[in-house]
Amino acid sequence: MTWVNDVVQGILLGGFYGLLACGLALMFGLMRIINLAHGDLAVLGAYLIYLLLQHWHVSPFLGLLPVLPVMLGLGYLLQRTILERSLRSGLLVPLLTTFGLSIVIQNLLQQGFSPDVQSLGASAGGIATASWQITSQLSISAIGALTLGVAVLIFGGLQLYLSRTASGRRMRATAQDPDTAELVGIDSRAVYARATAIAVAIAAIGGMFLAIRSTFYPYSGPTYLIFAFEAVVIGGLGSSLWGTLAGGIVLGVAQTIGGQINPEYPVLAGHLVFLLVLLSPRGGLLNLRRAMA
Amino acid sequence: MSLLNVEHLELRYGLLEAVRDFSLSVDEGETVALVGANGAGKTTLLRAIAGAHRPSGGRIAFDGVDVTRVRAHRRVQVGIALVPEGRRLFSALTVEENLLVAAQRSRPGRWTVDTVIEAFPLLERLRHQRAATLSGGEQQATAIGRALIANPRLLLLDEVSLGLAPGAVDAVYRSLTTVIAEGATIILVEQDLTRAMSVADRVVCMLEGRIALEGARGQLSREQITEAYFGLRRAQAVDA
Repeated sequence: MTWVNDVVQGILLGGFYGLLACGLALMFGLMRIINLAHGDLAVLGAYLIYLLLQHWHVSPFLGLLPVLPVMLGLGYLLQRTILERSLRSGLLVPLLTTFGLSIVIQNLLQQGFSPDVQSLGASAGGIATASWQITSQLSISAIGALTLGVAVLIFGGLQLYLSRTASGRRMRATAQDPDTAELVGIDSRAVYARATAIAVAIAAIGGMFLAIRSTFYPYSGPTYLIFAFEAVVIGGLGSSLWGTLAGGIVLGVAQTIGGQINPEYPVLAGHLVFLLVLLSPRGGLLNLRRAMA
Repeated sequence: MSLLNVEHLELRYGLLEAVRDFSLSVDEGETVALVGANGAGKTTLLRAIAGAHRPSGGRIAFDGVDVTRVRAHRRVQVGIALVPEGRRLFSALTVEENLLVAAQRSRPGRWTVDTVIEAFPLLERLRHQRAATLSGGEQQATAIGRALIANPRLLLLDEVSLGLAPGAVDAVYRSLTTVIAEGATIILVEQDLTRAMSVADRVVCMLEGRIALEGARGQLSREQITEAYFGLRRAQAVDA
C-alpha cells in the first residue's frame, strides 16, 4: 500500500509540476522560446499575492484574482518590448534574454522583499494542511487534490481555447508556420504577445500553489524552472498540452518513488527519469533538436 | 491608374541579388504571367509584393498607397493575397480551419468558407479532414481557397501546378478561369508556359532578377519567350 500511496502522492505532485510547466510548454510550442525566467515569474506571482496579503488579510486564492490581470499585462508587455526583438535574432538570443530577465527579477525581488523565506501556507487556512485518510497508508492532501484539479481545469480550458476559438486557431496556425500565418492575415506578433500573457498568468497560478505548499524566496525560481522544464521535455516539448501534464505526473511519481527507495533520492530520481527520456530513441533530445531546427 | 506599381525594386538574400531594378505595373482586372527559369527571382518578387520579403531598395505601391514597409498581414487586409509555392497549408489544422483562419481578417466580399467550398466542390467531403492528409490537388484547392477567402483585389499565385497530376492541374486552372472571368487581378508565376499563356493577358519573362521580355499575350511568340527564358535574347518590351 505504501507504493500505491507513493504513486498517488506523485500524481498529486505531478499536477503541481504540470501547472508550473504549462506556460513554459505554451511558449516553447508556439515560439520555440525556452523561457529561463519562467520560474522567477511564478515566484514573482507569489510575491505579488504576498504583498496584497500584507495589506488585506484575505486568502491567497482571493489575492490571486487582482494579480492575474497584472501578470497578463506583464506578459503582454514583456513579449512586445523585450522578447519580440530577441526572437528576430535567432535561437540563442531569446535564451540569453530570458536568462538576463531571470537575474533581474531575482534581484528586484531581493531588493523589494529581502532574502527572507516566505510562505502563504498559513494564510490559506485549513486547506493547506487538510487531508483525506483513505486507508491507514493512503491519504490525499486537500491542497494536492486542489492543485491537480486546477491543473486539469487549466489544461482543459487551454485545450478548448486552442481548438474551439478563432483566437486559438490563429495561435495553432502561427505555431506551425508564422510566415504563412502572416500571409493569411494573422498578426503573428500579437498572437505571440497573447500567448506570453497567458503563459505568465498561468505561471502566477503555479506560483500561488508553490507559496501555499512550500516556501519561497527571491532566488527560488530556477529550482522550479528545472522541474517545469523536465515536465515539458518528458511530455513531448510542448507538442501536446496534455503531454505536459502527463510529463509533470511522470516526474512527480518518479520523485515520490525515489523518495521511498531512499529519502535522499527524490530529486535525483526525477532527474534520472528526465535523462532517460532525453536519451531514449524517441525521446526528448531528438525532439528538442528537431524543434529547435 | 494601375492597381500595383513596382518601381526599381531590389531584393536580396544576404549578398545575393535576387531581383535587380525591377519595375512592373499591373492594371485592375489584368492577369500577368511571370515566367522564367529557376532562380530568376519570380518567387522572391511575389513574396516581396505580399510582404514576406523586405526589399533592399525600390518601392511597391498598391492602389496608389506605398506599402513597401507594410507587414504581410496588413497587406492581406488591404487586398493582396498570395498562394505560396508548395501550398504551405497549416497541416495540423483541418481544411475548414485553414479557411477560417484566413477568413477572420478578410475584406468583405463574395468569398466565404461556403462559397469557396461551392467553387471547389471536392473540399466539401474533406472539410473536417486535416490538411496533412490531403492529396496535392486537394491541398492546392485549399490553398487557393484560403487566399480567395481574403477577398483580395490582387491575387498572387506561385507555381500552382507544380507537383500536381495533370487532372488536378486541369481542375485548378478551371477554377482559376472562373476567378479571372469574375474580374480578379492576378499575377501568376508558372513554369508551364502553355498553361500560363492560356490565362494571361500579358507575359513577363524574368532572367537573373530582371525583365528579359514583356508583352501582351497575342504579340509574343512561344519562340520569343523561350529565347528570353534561356537568356538568348536581350531585354525588350513588346508594346501592346
